[in-house]
Amino acid sequence: MHLIRYFLRRSLLSVFVVLGVTFLVFVIAQVVPSDPAALYAGPRPTAELIEAARQTLHLDAPLHERFVGFVTAMATGDFGISYKSRRLIADDLAIYLPATLELAVFSTLIALVIGIPTGVLAAARRGGWLDRASSLTSIAAVAMPTFFLAMLLQFVFAKWLGVLPLSGRMSQEFSVLDPLPTITGFNLVDAILAGRPAALFDALAHLVLPALTLAAYPAGIAMRLVRAAMIEILERRHITGARALGLSEPRILFGHALPNAVGPALTVIGLSFAYALTGAVLVEIIFSWPGLGRYVSEAILSKDFPVIAASALVVTICYVAMNLLIDLAQALVDPRVALT
Amino acid sequence: MPLIEISGLSITLVTPRGNVHAVRSLDLEIRRGTIHGLIGESGCGKTITGMALLGLLPQGFRLAAKSFRFDGLELCDLAVSLRGRRIAMISQDPAAALNPVLSVGRQMDDVLRSHGGLPRHQRRAQALELLAATGLPDPLRVMQSFPHQLSGGMQQRVVIAQALATGAEFLIADEPTTALDVTVGAQVLALLQRLVTERGLTVLMITHDMDVVASCCDTASVLYAGHTVETGPVKDLLARPHHPYTQALLAALPDAAPKGQRLTTIEGQIPPPLEEITGCAFAPRCPKAMTVCRTESPLHHTTSSRSWSCHLEQTNV
Amino acid sequence: MKAFALRLGWAGTLSLGIIIAYVALAALAPLLAPYPAQGIGAPNIVDKFASPSAQYWLGTDHLGRDVLSRVIYGARVSLTTGILVVAISLLIGLPVGLVAGYFGGWIDEILMRTTDIFLALPALLLAVLLASALGAGMWNCILAVAVSWWPWYARLARAEVLVLRGQPYVEAARVMGVSNATIIARHILPTASKPLGVQAALDVGPALLTASALSFLGLGILPPTADWGQMVNAGRAFFPERWWYSTGPGFAIFLLAIAFSVLGDALRDRDGGPRHAAH
Repeated sequence: MHLIRYFLRRSLLSVFVVLGVTFLVFVIAQVVPSDPAALYAGPRPTAELIEAARQTLHLDAPLHERFVGFVTAMATGDFGISYKSRRLIADDLAIYLPATLELAVFSTLIALVIGIPTGVLAAARRGGWLDRASSLTSIAAVAMPTFFLAMLLQFVFAKWLGVLPLSGRMSQEFSVLDPLPTITGFNLVDAILAGRPAALFDALAHLVLPALTLAAYPAGIAMRLVRAAMIEILERRHITGARALGLSEPRILFGHALPNAVGPALTVIGLSFAYALTGAVLVEIIFSWPGLGRYVSEAILSKDFPVIAASALVVTICYVAMNLLIDLAQALVDPRVALT
Repeated sequence: MPLIEISGLSITLVTPRGNVHAVRSLDLEIRRGTIHGLIGESGCGKTITGMALLGLLPQGFRLAAKSFRFDGLELCDLAVSLRGRRIAMISQDPAAALNPVLSVGRQMDDVLRSHGGLPRHQRRAQALELLAATGLPDPLRVMQSFPHQLSGGMQQRVVIAQALATGAEFLIADEPTTALDVTVGAQVLALLQRLVTERGLTVLMITHDMDVVASCCDTASVLYAGHTVETGPVKDLLARPHHPYTQALLAALPDAAPKGQRLTTIEGQIPPPLEEITGCAFAPRCPKAMTVCRTESPLHHTTSSRSWSCHLEQTNV
Repeated sequence: MKAFALRLGWAGTLSLGIIIAYVALAALAPLLAPYPAQGIGAPNIVDKFASPSAQYWLGTDHLGRDVLSRVIYGARVSLTTGILVVAISLLIGLPVGLVAGYFGGWIDEILMRTTDIFLALPALLLAVLLASALGAGMWNCILAVAVSWWPWYARLARAEVLVLRGQPYVEAARVMGVSNATIIARHILPTASKPLGVQAALDVGPALLTASALSFLGLGILPPTADWGQMVNAGRAFFPERWWYSTGPGFAIFLLAIAFSVLGDALRDRDGGPRHAAH
């Protein structure tokens, strides 16, 4: 009962936030740029072309009418057309979004798998070698510029050791010569559905470096947050109690203490996902990953505002939805959350 | 042979600012199948003694003793392996002692799994049986509950069931009733007494509450500033306290004062744990203190059932 | 000075030293850079892509300019950007948070819901969006990052005020009829400024990283002005064959960001700033 009410309240808030963000994006994309019509009209705009563009874009309508038009269009999935390619933005998004989501989900997994156990063990042996090593690593991971880390990883694993592909999402073999059928848009899933282990392996190999780049920062944060939370939890009475009852140390750490740290762990998931979604702008260029990030960065260079706005909105909606899910998970795991 | 034999126990925390004396000289003897009360004000070293018996002293504490034996075994070498197997603990605040995010069933099962590898369905049956044995009315529902859905008394019963699940024969109960309502606390004490007779358990009852000692303990020791000052069978001890501190404690009880009179209190404070003590620790507060009390360690007196440490021969007969 | 160093710990002191060194390099760039002219953009085609040597410690770029000199000049831009982003964010966020927390009610509701909207957009995304709308250049870049940054300070300031507002001495002042502005200025701001200051010091690193990311995307400082993010990006085309081009500026950012983060941690341990990292 509490849970349902809590969920409804959160959802309502999210809708409000998305509406607000839409307004913000609308202002940035349509009001701040000096003359959207000139941009829309193409590379060598004549006065007539600009006037025509002004009509199509309803630039002469009052601001609030334009905003209502913008929201209705976005809500119905009509993201307009790209200034540059003249393609429907919705079609482009359908291609690029899964690639970015695949990267974001995978890098979040890496961040959790590395960050959480390390944080737990560092807290358990405070001042030990693992604690010191992991705190150094997390400082480095948090301070490293994403784009520079991407280049270093490329250098070490692709050029120097030659064990992983330099860039791209799939080898030609699977993308052009004998393409995977597109079922979900997620290459890993499609390869499994199509029953092609070689393609799965290829997709994984391409995914590792960009995902690792995006995982570094959240993994560093995860180590810190989980370590701090665990140190506090390990001093609680029920942990001493579990020790007094003769439970083994690993069971106490992972079975009894860690479930109490679900809060920070879920926070890390949200943070990691958000970081991956936005860091994609940098990482996808460097790794030639055909996703939303590269799509946006190309749009930035050509001042293709409808593309930038639509992508920003889609990313924000993913982000808000993720946060909603995390809040709900938080309440499910710890029912006391929903009561506040 | 008594189950617990401790003499001359001292527990010290070594810090840069000096040694913190948590326990200075503690003697304790507990016979099997009895409940022994350990009485004292907060800061006298009761709880840390319990932790030492469990082998759970926090880092930095040093332990020394003439003897520190459980069932004839030297605990200094063995504590870790006995903890949770032969010795278990019931702690002060059951709400804090239970993991808030795990169900009671899961927490019971974890304990049972760590002690004897019964298959899953048998562990479940045993958990239900143990919860029922602690007087919980609906064990099945309790198993599925989370701690915050239970009342304080129910939580404490779950904690006791967990302690039983370890199969321990010796329970350390650290102020098990302080966090509970008076009536619920009395029920918990009655439960412990029943478990002692039914299962042949031995219990160390750590408390500051004379009523608790009077209502459920067979024997008791009084602790002052890390020293055992007096030991004996409860009835005798309460009726005829020998040590001035015990006398003062009993006189300070609300129902000891005649109606309409002011409550007696003990003047002064316990010596700070950082301080070294010469003479009797209680001397500065003792109404009967003599010159010798401040310079010489108190004398040890023993009768067939009682023992106490004081310079006075027989103080209250 | 020694007592201060002791209280920061050796890591904090070392970080402070590194930051001071960066500031000195930035301030004295014309004196310290081996080739000041190349630092501000003069080409030197004859020595194109020289690898690191005694003459060019960090090698030269595609126009033959000394990478070390450009890294030193780049410190000017990076430090200015990082510090200004935090300063402007504080300038926006602090009043918003103070007012929201102090007055509460509908003012609080409006201000904080607006803040939520800004927070709902991932920071880098909002900065990219704004920078692309405003156009490249240092000031636009600073403004773009600051707009995505201030909500954190608003939240932080509000949380501090909520605690302070309930303090007996603040309530006493209010009962005695002291004006709201005076109460905020005298009683609330001084106490709240400590944790906020620590957070701000912690944030110069991330702010600088975000700004350099914008430069890397071509949305920040434009050549010929030297900027680390922009240099890493320019060197990418020649990476890893001419590895030194990107590596010099890349490590310059890395080291400075580490120094700020370690110093922030040291300050937090000493003064007890906000416990959670905001980003």
